[in-house]
Amino acid sequence: MRTAANLKTGESAIIDHFSDSEVSLKLMEMGCLPGEKIRLERIAPFGDPAAFWVSGYCLLLRLEEARTIILDESKVYN
Amino acid sequence: MSPSTRPLKIALIGNPNSGKSSLFNHLTGLNQKVANFPGVTVDKRIGSFRLSESSTATILDFPGLVSLYPSSEDEKVVIDVLSNPASEDYPDKVIVIADASNLKRSLLLLSQIIDLKFPAVLALNMLDVAKRKEIKINTPELKNVLGINIVEINARTGTGIKELKEVLSKADPDTKGIPVFSAKPLAPELLISICELMPLKNEYKAFLVAQQYSFLRSVPEEKKKKIEELCKNSCADLNKMHAQEIVTRYKIIDQIISKVVTTGNGTVDKEFSHRLDNILTHKIWGYVIFLILMFIIFQILFEGAAYPMKMVEIFFSYLPGVIHDILPSGILTDLFTDGIVAGLGGVIMFLPQILLLFAFIAILEETGYMARVSFIMDKLMRSFGLNGRSVVPLLSGVACAVPSIMATRIISNWKERLITIFIIPLMSCSARLPVYTILIALTIPDKKMFGWINLQGLTLMGLYLFGFIAALLTAIVLKIFIKTKEKGFFMMELPVYRTPRWKNVFVEMMEKARVFIFDAGKVIVAISVVLWVLASFAPGDTFSTIEQEVKNTPQFSGMNEQDIQKLIDSRKLQESYAGIIGRSIEPIIRPLGFDWKIGIALITSFAAREVFVGTMSTIYSVSGSSNETKTLQEKMRAERNEKTGLPVFTPATAFSLMIFYAIAMQCMSTLAVVFRETKGWKWPLIQLFYLSALAYIASYCVYRILI
Repeated sequence: MRTAANLKTGESAIIDHFSDSEVSLKLMEMGCLPGEKIRLERIAPFGDPAAFWVSGYCLLLRLEEARTIILDESKVYN
Repeated sequence: MSPSTRPLKIALIGNPNSGKSSLFNHLTGLNQKVANFPGVTVDKRIGSFRLSESSTATILDFPGLVSLYPSSEDEKVVIDVLSNPASEDYPDKVIVIADASNLKRSLLLLSQIIDLKFPAVLALNMLDVAKRKEIKINTPELKNVLGINIVEINARTGTGIKELKEVLSKADPDTKGIPVFSAKPLAPELLISICELMPLKNEYKAFLVAQQYSFLRSVPEEKKKKIEELCKNSCADLNKMHAQEIVTRYKIIDQIISKVVTTGNGTVDKEFSHRLDNILTHKIWGYVIFLILMFIIFQILFEGAAYPMKMVEIFFSYLPGVIHDILPSGILTDLFTDGIVAGLGGVIMFLPQILLLFAFIAILEETGYMARVSFIMDKLMRSFGLNGRSVVPLLSGVACAVPSIMATRIISNWKERLITIFIIPLMSCSARLPVYTILIALTIPDKKMFGWINLQGLTLMGLYLFGFIAALLTAIVLKIFIKTKEKGFFMMELPVYRTPRWKNVFVEMMEKARVFIFDAGKVIVAISVVLWVLASFAPGDTFSTIEQEVKNTPQFSGMNEQDIQKLIDSRKLQESYAGIIGRSIEPIIRPLGFDWKIGIALITSFAAREVFVGTMSTIYSVSGSSNETKTLQEKMRAERNEKTGLPVFTPATAFSLMIFYAIAMQCMSTLAVVFRETKGWKWPLIQLFYLSALAYIASYCVYRILI
């Protein structure tokens, strides 16, 4: 299962669903909705957290949060 | 009541980074104050302003939030107030401020406010940013779709504020808004029963109550039980309801956006930010630049604050004399000048550092750099239960714990903020320097190791490191022991870089200074009065006996008046209540290598650590002159134990004392400011107890090893 934490820098994907219902509510409120495109902008020097471009702005997520975003594997593209 | 007799109550609500505080500052200027929401540790910023010639309004600046589903204590306050018409803060009108360059997220919150049937006004901000992004918004069309008034503003320059006031002052019954989301189909029976129980008219409000009743203060316990039962019986999946709400709202919002917003592909701001981030979050340069910035901030904090602090000190050292001359002499005058005025001096002393630190923090926040600090430091700090944002307050602790603890406000997660507050006093602040200096000079020879390493400097560095390590270890322990119900989210926006709004920086500085003086200041003055009483009074007529004794002793008769007065002051302090306490705690502090005279200094220096030096000078009746420290050093070196005749300040005692001061919370101002920031005595007392116990144990170990 590919998650947002597996993205490489600069890589985009489509959000499919979430693995943690509580975190997902907050993520959705922040604009990470199923079907929305998400791109990994950059990773912090120590490997965590990471900056994602989603829904028109830059969102910082810790990897444990990013891991709950499950990607739609049929539509991975760059 | 008509609006002209009662000021209109306005709530200001918006996403973080939407320019909410700027708008608040523009509307109210310095006409604002900070109060408390009852029972929670959240600040309530209220301001007032003139709405029209005949009416005024009060405005409440709510914490920034993404939706009406709170994820922190701060955010809970919003739904608590908005769901309770009986609350004194329940608004007549709501201003929702939105970032026009990212309208989608702002509309989520706005649509919830509309569904709660509040008369809402949308303040459309950051149109200039939107323009640079080539985003165009059809405002008249948006107004039609939402059914509420919209005012285009620029919270940075103040454009549109006048129009906003005009719209607010008009009673406009047609702009209640067009409902966006219908909650009823998701759980029809449950919502009807809750509406009957509360009672409520609004189904969306009932929908929110069903999901959030457990922490709503306005819902009485017996009703909470009933709601719990209703929810259980209806088999409604509350999380799923919440998720459905978000998905539905965004679906509708997407339709609205496609109607009124045309997006271009302007990437000027983004590309500039991206390139700057390549440097500022770089794995090497990011940290180098951060360290250089912190270095500059400290230099200014130490050097820039030194001069005004000296002025305050000089002013407050002359003031008591002046007041003594004006007022009739007596115990009340003494209390006023030596107790209260001296205490006030102690409060105002902190202002230069508070103002400077908050100017820097406001600039770091305003430009968006603070979010980058979070980004590059978070991983490192998280292993200690801290947050990326803990770094700046923690490092500022090297200058002074008081403004640093106030600065922890930038950490939104309560647990991480609490741990940061708890460990800041372990950072070696500038008030420890005089204590360290005199004790190091007393015990460490002024020699160089390998011909270039100054031993005294090395010891000083060791003490700073010791404090820092103690802070990190304490953080690890606290991480395990502090439990919070609050689920901590890190997720936050990484905003594009902007130039700071100087008015905001200024208002922020003034606000922090005001909060410190009025909230922490009370406690500081109270404690300093208590300490003054302890050091200036003795049981019965002890003091007059001392004066007689000294004056009648033939061997002192040849001395000049000043020296005799010093001798009397010394004897008086030794026999005062502080002296009595010093003597009675001697059995407790003897294992650390301290005698009762040091005990007196421990008590008086609870006011502030540097008072240790002054008290020691008084006890050893050192005459006040330019070489006071040097004389004090000699006196301390010559001091012998009354019983054993051995030197008091052996290296073991001196080191034990230094370690004690490195750890112990010997600072009433820190205690007062923790009380202010945690809104209660629980945490400052736990902290005082913990740090005192830790200081005792560490000093004991050091003394045992070195003796």
